[in-house]
Parts: sequence; C-alpha cells; structure tokens
Amino acid sequence: MRLPTRPQGEFSMLRKVYLSVLGLLGASRANADWALNMPRGVTRLSAETYDLHMQIFYWCCAIALVVFGVMIYSLIRHRKSVGAKPATFSHSMKAEVIWTTIPIIILLILAVPSARTVIELEDSRKPDMTVVITAYQWRWHYRYTGQDVEFYSSLARTSGDARRLDSGIDPFTVDNYLLDVDNPLVVPVGSKVRLLLTANDVVHSWWVPELAIKKDAIPGFMNETWFKAETVGTYRGQCAELCGMDHGYMPIVVNVVEPQAYAAWLASKQPAATQSAATN
Amino acid sequence: MTSAVMDAHHSEAHHEPAKGIKRWLYATNHKDIGTMYLVLSLVMFLTGGVMALIIRSELFQPGLQFIAPNVFNQMTTMHALVMVFGAVMPAFVGLANWMIPLMIGAPDMALPRMNNWSFWILPFAFLMLVSTFFMPGGAPASGWTMYPPLVLQTGDAFPFLIFSVHLLGISSIMGAINIIVTIVNMRAPDMSLLKMPMFVWTWLITAYLLLAVMPVLAGAVTMLLTDQFFGTSFFLAAGGGDPVMYQHIFWFFGHPEVYILILPAFGVVSEIIPTFARKPLFGHDSMVYAASSIAFLSFIVWAHHMFTVGMPLTGQLFFMFSTMLIAVPTGVKIFNWVATMWRGAMTFETPMLFSLAILFLFTIGGFSGLMLAIVPADIQYHDSYFVVAHFHYVLVPGSVFAIMAAVYYWLPKWTGHMYNEKLGKVHFWLSTVFINVTFFPMHFLGLAGMPRRIPDYSTQFTDFNAIASVGAVGYGLSQLLFVYVVVQCVRGKGEKASSEVWDNPKGLEWTVPSPAPYHTFEVPPKISSSSTFS
Repeated sequence: MRLPTRPQGEFSMLRKVYLSVLGLLGASRANADWALNMPRGVTRLSAETYDLHMQIFYWCCAIALVVFGVMIYSLIRHRKSVGAKPATFSHSMKAEVIWTTIPIIILLILAVPSARTVIELEDSRKPDMTVVITAYQWRWHYRYTGQDVEFYSSLARTSGDARRLDSGIDPFTVDNYLLDVDNPLVVPVGSKVRLLLTANDVVHSWWVPELAIKKDAIPGFMNETWFKAETVGTYRGQCAELCGMDHGYMPIVVNVVEPQAYAAWLASKQPAATQSAATN
Repeated sequence: MTSAVMDAHHSEAHHEPAKGIKRWLYATNHKDIGTMYLVLSLVMFLTGGVMALIIRSELFQPGLQFIAPNVFNQMTTMHALVMVFGAVMPAFVGLANWMIPLMIGAPDMALPRMNNWSFWILPFAFLMLVSTFFMPGGAPASGWTMYPPLVLQTGDAFPFLIFSVHLLGISSIMGAINIIVTIVNMRAPDMSLLKMPMFVWTWLITAYLLLAVMPVLAGAVTMLLTDQFFGTSFFLAAGGGDPVMYQHIFWFFGHPEVYILILPAFGVVSEIIPTFARKPLFGHDSMVYAASSIAFLSFIVWAHHMFTVGMPLTGQLFFMFSTMLIAVPTGVKIFNWVATMWRGAMTFETPMLFSLAILFLFTIGGFSGLMLAIVPADIQYHDSYFVVAHFHYVLVPGSVFAIMAAVYYWLPKWTGHMYNEKLGKVHFWLSTVFINVTFFPMHFLGLAGMPRRIPDYSTQFTDFNAIASVGAVGYGLSQLLFVYVVVQCVRGKGEKASSEVWDNPKGLEWTVPSPAPYHTFEVPPKISSSSTFS
C-alpha cells in the first residue's frame, strides 16, 4: 500500500469529506491520498481480482438501479396522498418465474470468470523460490528455503513508540505509522514466489492488498499460496486474523526489487556464505 | 406495563395477573413473558451500544487515546456477543411470544412453564457474561467466534464464557421447541399452514434452524472447555487436534445463525408493507418457499467464512456457487415486497418507514454479500472493514430496524395507546441517516486495506474512521429518543388506540381489543376470509 504523507497535525477533514462526496458522485477515480477502492495491485492475479470486484460491483449497481428505480417510482406514484386506489392482485406465476430466472442467469455470468481465477490462484506449481512464513504473537518469521537466510520481522521502532497509550507522539509524524517493520521481506521482481505459511501459537493471516494475497497461518498446518510481482516497489499489509492483544501491531512489508539487488541483498543476509568466503 | 395487559372486562378473578414481582418471576402468560424478553433486549441493546461507542471513540483518531489493545478486543468481542445473543435474538423471541398466539388464534404458548424458564435463564446468563469484565484477565477478547487456540488464552473468564453460551443455547432451544409446538398444534381451526401469516411462517422456519444448530455450537464450545481443563486436544495441533475443525463446526452453526437473525425480520416486513400499502402480500406462497430455500441453503454455505483458511479447490468452488445461489431466494423476497407496494395506496407511518428503509439498506447489505461470495474478491475483503460494513448493513438496518418497525407496529395493540407519530418519524430519520454515516464509509476502509478488530490504524484511514465515529454517536443518541417514545406510550400518554389501530389491517391480532386483554382466544376464533390475506 502506498502511503500518503501528511503534514503534522493538519486536519483537512472538511476538504476530504467534500472530495469523497464528489468521488461518490463518480466524478473522478480514487487517488492514493484517500483510497475509496481496492488497489489494482502489482500481480496479474491482483488485477484479475480487481476486475472481478469491479464487474460484480457494476452488476450490483445495475440491479440496484432497476430495483430501487421501481421502488422509488412506486413510492412517488402509489401513495394514498396522491389519490392512489389499491389494486387487489396478489400473485403471478409469470412474475415469480421471471425474477427467479434472471438472477440465475446473472449469477452464471459471474460464476464462470470467478471460478477461472480461483483455479489460477490455486496453481502454485513450479515456483522460482519459496519462503516459509511462521507467525508468532506478534511478529512474522521468514525463512528462504535453500538459502541460509531467516529472520524475524516486527513492527518498526518508530511506530512501536508512538502507538502506546498516552505516548505523546502524534501518529501523523511517524512515517508509515503501524505499517513499517524492522526487516522487510525482500523478493525479486518477476519471480514466482511460493509462500508456505504456518503459525507457532494462534491463527494469524498474512495479507498484502497490492499482492491480492490473504492466507491464514495456522498452528499444525502448512498453507500454500503464491504471487509474482510485476512492479518494483514497497508493498504493505497487516495481520488480518485476530491474534490477541497486539493483533493490530504486526504489519507486513514486502520489498520487490530488481534481481541484481535481490542477489546482493541475499548475499548480505547469508552469514554462512560470508563465513565460508572468509575461510577460503 | 400493567395498564397494557390488564383488562377488567375480560378476566375473571383467578385469571388476573399476580401482583408485584411474582407476576414476573412466576410468569406463564405469553404477553408477560414477551414483554420481559423485549425489555431485556432493550437493556442489552443499550449495553452493547455503549460498547460500540467505546470502540468508535477509540477509533475516532489514530493513536491510542482511551483503552489498551486488550480492552479494545474485549469490547469488540462482548459487543458482538451481547448484540447477537442479547439484543436481536431475545427481541425476536419476545415478538414471537407476544404475537404468534395472537396471530394464530391460540390462547397462549403451548408450553408456558418452559416459556418462563427459557426467559429467566437469560438475565442470569448475561449477568455472568458481563461480570467477566471484572475477572482477572478481563472479559473474553478472542472475537465472538471464539477461535482456538486464541480463545484458550482467555483469563478466568473462559469457563464463564462457555457456560453462558451453554445457557443461551438452552434458552434458545427451549424457546424454539415452544414456538414449533405452538404453531403446529395450536392454530385456530381452518388456519392451514399456507394460510399462516408470514411472521408466523418465518418464525417456524427460524425455530427449526435454532433447533438444528444451537446444539452444534454447544458441542463446539464444550470441546473448547475440555481442551482447556480436561486434557483433550480436539483443536490443539500439538496434541494431534485440528484448529480448523473448530472453524468448520462454528460456522456450521454460524451461518444458519445469521438467518436466525434475519428471517423473523423478513416476517415483520411482510406483515407491515401490506398494511400500509393497503394491498395483500404479493406471492405469499412463493415467500414461504423462498424462506424455506434460504433456510436449506444456509446449511451448505458455511465455509464461505473460511476462504482464506485453506481449502481444496473443489471445496472453494462448491461454497462459492452455493453462496451465490442464496441471492436467488433473497431476491425473490425483495421483488415480492416491491410487487406488494406496486399499485398500492401507501401511507408512511413509522413502521412503514422502517420497513422501506430495510428494503433499501438490507439490499445494499445483500449486494456486498454477493460480492463476498466471489472467492478471489473475498480473499481481499475477508476480515477487513468491508466485511464489518456488510454484516452491519444486514444486521442493523435489517434485523434491528425490523425489531423497531415491529415495536412501532404492534405497540398500540400492546398498550392500547398510540405512540407519538411525529417523534417516531424523527427517530426513524435520525437512525437512517446516522446508520449510513456510520457504516457506509467502512466499505471504503476495508477496500483500502484496513483489517477489522484493530484498536489503532495507519493514518490514511483517519478520515473515514472519524466520519464513522460521528455517525455512531449520532445513531446511539437517537436510540434514546426511541426509549422515550416507547416509555411515553407505555405510560398511556398517546391517544387511545382502536382494536384495528391501522387502516383495515389483516390478521387475527387486530380482532382483539387494544390493549390486548390478559387472556385472548380462550375460544378459538373463526377465520373469516377477510382476516387473513391468503
């Protein structure tokens, strides 16, 4: 999630309300400063997810237009105060069949592309690399399989200080408040990254909206998911499953970098590699 | 309430209500018990509301201002438990107690002593549940879903949580048995099943759902109890157990539960719209079939709460398709209500206003429900504020509005006096405006990436959270107006109500005087063709 930075203490609420009303009227697309909508994300499947989301949203708008339109027309025309006389009809087989059939057709139209995307989401074969994620109360542990690289990832100190009750620190002065970590997950752009998730204590859930991934980390289970980021950048998320007192304080940061930068980062993280190089 | 239920002309000496506290402690009269359920529900609604306002106050700005994170989690957990089991369910049981005998022409509920017991369990169960706030470790903080292993980290409150859930379940099961037996055995002669009013129908279906799933919940929480205290590991991976199994069992209860919360609301709307449209309910029989289909489908969709838990592909597809299918019978209900309004002669008294708001706002909740059925999109929505917006749209302007509509609709029948229509309408408009201010921005928060159940958030979520908090305070304060209107009506401040109350409404409850005498239908009524709609 790209974060807006706000000047300290500035409260431009009214302006925001005004803008969001304009946005609701369909005047403009959501901008990053006051996100109204799901991010399109940086993977092919996150874009597909976004498209499905918008498709079903537009269907809902169309249905709402018809149903609410009929209701509002009826509310205006069929009121006693304008002299309406009540009709006496009370059933129509034809109507029931019509308004049972049409929704079924709409659902079929929606079901097909949705099912296609679900099938793709589940296809984690042939990954370029695998990271094992173990969730703890309240931090993440990342282990790169086949490499001697593993580390914990916890809430950044700056947020940790500011988040205390009566800390006296204005959250608006903290960069990426509650969405920053000490050690981010680093992956190369364009690689298919398989994630294996488990937990050591209670159920957690690893969620990064821009990657369109949310998967529970469950004690005793090894869950699997994958992503292939197509754009270099820093993407932020949070634990999504209530996991106790500090559930709100276990963010996720994924740095997607160029392959060379990834290789350099990986080398710097491998104590074994550096050690053996020294002994040679 | 005394004046509401006494009727000197009708009751013989030994039939008069007992005096003082005995009348309520020993109550077997369906009207008295119904009243107690409704009063309890109102108290719990305000209690849960205070918790909601504490939550919204903390979320007004980023940073922690008022409560520590563990207290925040206690608030969200208890808010949900109190609202679901304390406010909405008892309110509908109270309405069932008051109205089902009056609507089917029965003298009382079939099992009056069990009725007494199923009510009197509740105040003690909730006293115990709320008292956990003062125990070492505080109230339960694991969310109302009580997922293990987290719930096993609850402090001293844990066994009290389990025991109160057991008690609530026992009460619900007894209430459900009573309602089924009453409806099946005590209908007036000539009232065939398909002639029953929709409120009775939806409650019959609801009662079967309760009977089917409350034991499942009891089983699940009992296994939690033995895992905690008796060395079993049903849900503990370290002992070979399965934490995901709990989620399956819980949602096998949990999904029918959400229809338990909404089907009686459908029944209420189906009673009110025909009265104020002055036109029979459109498609009575297909409404019955739609409600039955919803009830059936509710048993085969539970894992749509679990799309991120990890499931085989075929499982995900099955639960996606079955969930989407629910839109069909739900749509049928909405379309039938619209067809009932169509070419009627509508007036807009408070119960009708609330019912119309349900048609609009529940439908919005239905749309987000359909969106949530789509697995890839659900992976983004799941456990975000989008879900919070969704279920509050179906529960508040669905169930809660229906309860309030029902209270306004039948209050003159219960008390013999009209409520203050002007204040009722003010209450309606304030509620409707503030409910949207509260919950609509939550859609945006969820889509932008804000998880639910967090006490503090990153700064880009500030504005919509502030708006939601303002709406919540407005909605909360508006309910004090509701309390005032009801209390004034009960105290007999309004004008006298006729036995029909409204403009030629249909149904047996309108054939008895207002206030309804302490004993009604001691002789089964004859059903004229005009007294029901079918």
